[in-house]
Amino acid sequence: MSVPSTADWSRVRLHVVTGKGGTGKSTVAAALALGLASHGKQVLLCEVEGRQGIARMFDVDPLPYAERRLATGLRHEDRPPGTVHALHIDAESALLEYLAMYYKLGRAGKALDRFGVIEFATTIAPGVRDVLLTGKVFEAVQRNSRNKGAIQYDAVVLDAPPTGRIAQFLNVSGELAGLAKVGPIKSQSDTMMTLFRSPRTAVHLVTVLEEMPVQETADGIVDLTAAGLPVGGVVVNQVRSRDISDDDLDAARDGRLDTDRLAADLEEAGVDLAAGLVDGLVAEAHDHAVRRALEDSQRQVVAGLGRPSYELPRLAGGVDLGGLYELAATLKQQGLA
Amino acid sequence: MTAAQKRARPRVGPLASRPGPAPEMDVDALIDDREIGIIVCCGSGGVGKTTTSAALALRAAERGRRVVVLTIDPAKRLAQSMGIEQLDNTPRPVSGLRTNAKGNRKGGGLDAMMLDMKRTFDEVVESQAAPEKARQILDNPFYIALSSSFSGTQEYMAMEKLGQIHADAQRDGTYDLIVVDTPPSRSALDFLDAPERLSSFLDGRFIRLLLTPAKGPARMMTAGLGIITGALNKILGTQVLRDMQTFVAAFDTLFGGFRQRAQKTFELLQADGTAFLVVAAPEPDALREAAYFVERLADDDMPLVGMIVNRASPAPRGTLSADEAMAAATRLRQRDPESLTAGLLHLHADQSRIVEREERLRARFAAAHPQVPTAVVPALPGDVHDLAGLRRVGELLAGD
Repeated sequence: MSVPSTADWSRVRLHVVTGKGGTGKSTVAAALALGLASHGKQVLLCEVEGRQGIARMFDVDPLPYAERRLATGLRHEDRPPGTVHALHIDAESALLEYLAMYYKLGRAGKALDRFGVIEFATTIAPGVRDVLLTGKVFEAVQRNSRNKGAIQYDAVVLDAPPTGRIAQFLNVSGELAGLAKVGPIKSQSDTMMTLFRSPRTAVHLVTVLEEMPVQETADGIVDLTAAGLPVGGVVVNQVRSRDISDDDLDAARDGRLDTDRLAADLEEAGVDLAAGLVDGLVAEAHDHAVRRALEDSQRQVVAGLGRPSYELPRLAGGVDLGGLYELAATLKQQGLA
Repeated sequence: MTAAQKRARPRVGPLASRPGPAPEMDVDALIDDREIGIIVCCGSGGVGKTTTSAALALRAAERGRRVVVLTIDPAKRLAQSMGIEQLDNTPRPVSGLRTNAKGNRKGGGLDAMMLDMKRTFDEVVESQAAPEKARQILDNPFYIALSSSFSGTQEYMAMEKLGQIHADAQRDGTYDLIVVDTPPSRSALDFLDAPERLSSFLDGRFIRLLLTPAKGPARMMTAGLGIITGALNKILGTQVLRDMQTFVAAFDTLFGGFRQRAQKTFELLQADGTAFLVVAAPEPDALREAAYFVERLADDDMPLVGMIVNRASPAPRGTLSADEAMAAATRLRQRDPESLTAGLLHLHADQSRIVEREERLRARFAAAHPQVPTAVVPALPGDVHDLAGLRRVGELLAGD
C-alpha cells in the first residue's frame, strides 16, 4: 500500500473521476462518494453516460433525473456518517430544466420539444450534449437561488466519460466556441469553465497497473493540463496482494523456491499433499511473481507522473456493496476521501 | 440504505436456473471459411477488441487468407508494429508475416489501416457534392461539430469505410476477408445504432422545418416556427441559427445518398458472408453488454458466430479448495506470521475465488444464451505490441 498522500483535497467541491474503459472508474467514483460522505457530509454522486451503473452497484431501482438519497456514507472515527445522494443526468432533461430555470419561454418551451428542437439540440454534437451534462453538474456544485429548496452539497462526485474524452468533455467553452460565439449560452459556459479550472475541481484518473491504461493516464494528464483543467490524483485499481516478500518473489520467478520446506509446511498444516499440489503452488507463485514484476514496472511509471497516487486492492470476490465500503475506507485512509 | 428502502425492494434470483458450459467456438473453422468475407468484432470498451481483431486477422493471413484489418484506435506500439502509425485512412501492408512455416499455406497477406473519422466523412462529402458546395459544407461550424464529435459519427464512419473497402475488394479482388474492429464506445450497441441515429438526426422534424419553412402543410406551423426561432435566437444568438440553416440547406442534397449508403452497409452486415464476434471480459458489465448485443443481433438478423471472452484468469492448479487453503494458511500463520507457504496458500485461495466467480458469470451467460459458442482466452501477463504477441493471442483464440 502506498503511504497516505500529503495532498489536500479538502477544498475540492467537484471530484471528477475518469479512467480507461474496464479500469473500474464507476466503482472508484462510488467508493470516493461513500468515503467523502463521512462525518455527516452530504455528497452527490452523478452519472452522465446513461448506463445506470450507480443503480446496479447500489442495487436500487434505475435512477430518474432527480436527486435521490442513495446510501449512508462511510462511518469513520465513530462520528455519525453522512449521506450519498445520486443523480442520473441526461441531456434532454437537463435542457428542459435549464430552459425552465433561465428562460420564461411559456408556449415556446413546449413548442421547442414538439418541433424536435430538443432532440436536435442534444444530438447535433456531444459539444452541446456535454455542455448540458456538465451544466447540470455545475448547477449541483454551485447552487443558486433559482433552484429553490435544493440540497447544498459538501462535495459532488462525477462518474465522468473515459480518459480519452475527458478533457474535451470538461472543456465546454472550447467545444462551443465554433458554434456559439456570443449570447447567453456562451457566457454561461465561460462561468462553468471558471469552476472547472479552479482549485475547487479535481480530475482524478483511474488506472490499473497495465501498460495501456497507464499510458492512457499519462496522455490524459497531458490533455487535461493543456486544457488548463486541474489534475487530481491517480487511483490505481485492482492491485494484486503484496503479502509475499520481494526476495521470495525473486525466488519464485527463478524457480528457486524450497519445495521440501513447502511440502513440510503443508503437511504440518494438515493439508493432504495430493498429486501436484506443491508443483501447482510453485507454478502459481511463478505466474504471480511475473505479473507482480510487470505491475511494479508500471507502478514506477505511475510514480513518474508526478501526481499523488492511491492504491485499491483487487477484490477476489468482485465488488459488491460491502466491497464499495471497503474501498471507501481505503481511500479515506490514504487521504483521497 | 435505510431499512425501509430495503424492505420495499423485492430481490431477484439468478437470471437462469441451470447454468452449464457454453459450446466451444472453433476459431480456425471461422477464419478458414472462404464463404466468410467480413468479421466484425464488437464489445464494450476495454475488453481487448483491437488486439483480438488484429490477432484474428494475422492468423487468417498466415493461414492463407488475403486480409485487411480495419482498426479504430490501436495502442501506439501495436500500431507501429503493424506499420500504421500514421493516420492516412488507407490500408498499408503489414510485413513480417510467417507464410511458409509448418501447417501454414502460402498466398495469404495482411493489410492494416487505422480509421480517420473526420477524413472519411470529408471524403464522403467531397465525393457526393460539387467542389464549391463541398467546400461550403466542410467549412460550416455545424458540419465541423457533426463530423468530429457527433456521437455515432465514428461508428457510422467505420461502417462507411467498411462499405468502401468491401466494394473495392469486390471490384479489384484485393481482399477476401475484412476484419473490422468497432469503435471504443461505451456500449457495444452503438455500432449498430449509429446509422439509424445519423439518419434520424438528418430526418429530424426540426431539420425538415428549417429546410421548408413555408411549404404546403408546413405553412400552418410557420407561426409556431416564429416562436421557436425567437426563442432559439434568444438562447443561442442569431448567428447560430443562421449557421444551422446554411448547413442544413447545403447538406440537404446529400441526405438521400447518406441514407442509401448506410442502408446498403446494413444489408451487407446482414448477409451470409458476414460473421459477428462478440468480445467480452469475464466481468459483469462486459458480459451484460455482450448479452444485449447478442439479443440485438438476433433481432436484426445479423449473423453471430460466437463470443470471445478475453482476460480470463488462469485456473488454479490442483484440487485444493479456496476454503481449505485459507484454513491451512491461517494455521501456518499462527506459528509463523511471515510464512511463505501461508502466502502461497492465500494466493491460491484468491486465484480460486476469482476463477470461480468468472466461471459463474460465464455459466450464467451460457444459461441465458446457450446458442452462443464461446472461446475463452487467458489473460496474458503483459500487453501485446508485436506480431509475435498477436500470433500468440491467435493461438490462444484457436485453443492451440
